[in-house]
Amino acid sequence: MINKVVANADEALKGIEDGMTIMMGGFGLCGIPENSITALIKKGTKNLTCISNNAGVDDFGLGLLLQTKQIKKMISSYVGENAEFERQMLSGELEVDLIPQGTLATRCLMAGYGIPFFPTPAGVGTEVANGKQIINWKGRDYLMEEAFEADFAIVKAWKGDTAGNLIFKSTARNFNQPMSMGGKITIAEVEELVPAGQLQPDQIHTPGIYVHRIFQGNNYEKRIEQRTVRKK
Amino acid sequence: MLDKNGIAKRIAKEVKDGMYVNLGIGIPTLVANFIPEGINVELQSENGILGMGHFPFEGEEDADLINAGKQTVTLLDGASIFDSAMSFGMIRAQKVDLTILGAMEVSESGDIANWKIPGKMVKGMGGAMDLVASAKNIIVAMQHVNKAGESKLLPKCELPLTGIKCVKKIVTELAVLEVLPEGGFKLLERAPGVSVEEIKKATAGKLIIEGEVPEMVI
Repeated sequence: MINKVVANADEALKGIEDGMTIMMGGFGLCGIPENSITALIKKGTKNLTCISNNAGVDDFGLGLLLQTKQIKKMISSYVGENAEFERQMLSGELEVDLIPQGTLATRCLMAGYGIPFFPTPAGVGTEVANGKQIINWKGRDYLMEEAFEADFAIVKAWKGDTAGNLIFKSTARNFNQPMSMGGKITIAEVEELVPAGQLQPDQIHTPGIYVHRIFQGNNYEKRIEQRTVRKK
Repeated sequence: MLDKNGIAKRIAKEVKDGMYVNLGIGIPTLVANFIPEGINVELQSENGILGMGHFPFEGEEDADLINAGKQTVTLLDGASIFDSAMSFGMIRAQKVDLTILGAMEVSESGDIANWKIPGKMVKGMGGAMDLVASAKNIIVAMQHVNKAGESKLLPKCELPLTGIKCVKKIVTELAVLEVLPEGGFKLLERAPGVSVEEIKKATAGKLIIEGEVPEMVI
């Protein structure tokens, strides 16, 4: 069995250089690769293009990489939770490409499926269509969207094995699964790393072929963005 | 005139047994509270849930289980979880029967604007563009006029569009209106105590009134 295990986040991030494009898994703060974000700050890599549905909050998640000004460009669908993001965007320090959420998820997935383009009705007739090829199929207009080309994808899974197979937990699956298949090099940090053979093959969400480096993370904070509860 | 819960309550009457429904943030989220007993629906949350339930009891919240509004939620029996690409796959394939969302403007041809105010507010479209481009049936829940007192039902949207020719029905604090395929807002119902004249005054787009307009029953 091929062994994908690396010692820690620092080792996993080897080869990430200034100016590279990185997919970052998670939805809001749910399922973000906390250990890798911390290691990336320590590493100090600059001018990154980040593909991530959201940009974290001011003091957590990708918001931390915005504070250190390591991100040159964000490709996201919704960035409403982050004041520093808004400030950098309005001042022109940060380039931002806002794209529909389904388009974002699918462009990640396609990179792992070997599909270069896909037609989608999302954004037809809006400013998202500017500069894009439009095709008409059976009487309906579609925008042609390209697969992402990311140097690295960094994802967080619940369980993983030494062969790189991944299982996600609950809605922390979100963008982590499509992104885990979409990087030229995929790094997975997991809450529990087990020997090959310990995971049920038919319960695996991402097969290890897509995952190049895996390590067991620690000290997960798992911050909740909107704690909504009801009384017993 | 209806309050937010009133709007949600009226929209809940549009939800039929067996539907898969996606609820947007704000008033649409409240609709879940008013779905009548005996009507079985499954709520879809576009980050990747079918069969979303209530908020968790205090102390039982799970950081790994949130809805598209990033709120902690629970799952009902029969729920399923999937990744965000599959979630938008089922939306694009029109498996979701009804989408209920908020809007800043709707035009008389069914265009919707709800994601950006140039120079002021740029939060992003999230899943709204995908949802409105593919949904079979879209109901908009919103206030009839904005905070400046200007109509949000317009001949043409002024803000950047989210989607074109897609809104089928609008429920506001004043009225229920249908967007006709040939264009125009057809007045279907008045909110309790609201006159046709008041609705006319608050509607900048083409308003179509045929015969007596009944008062809503909610």
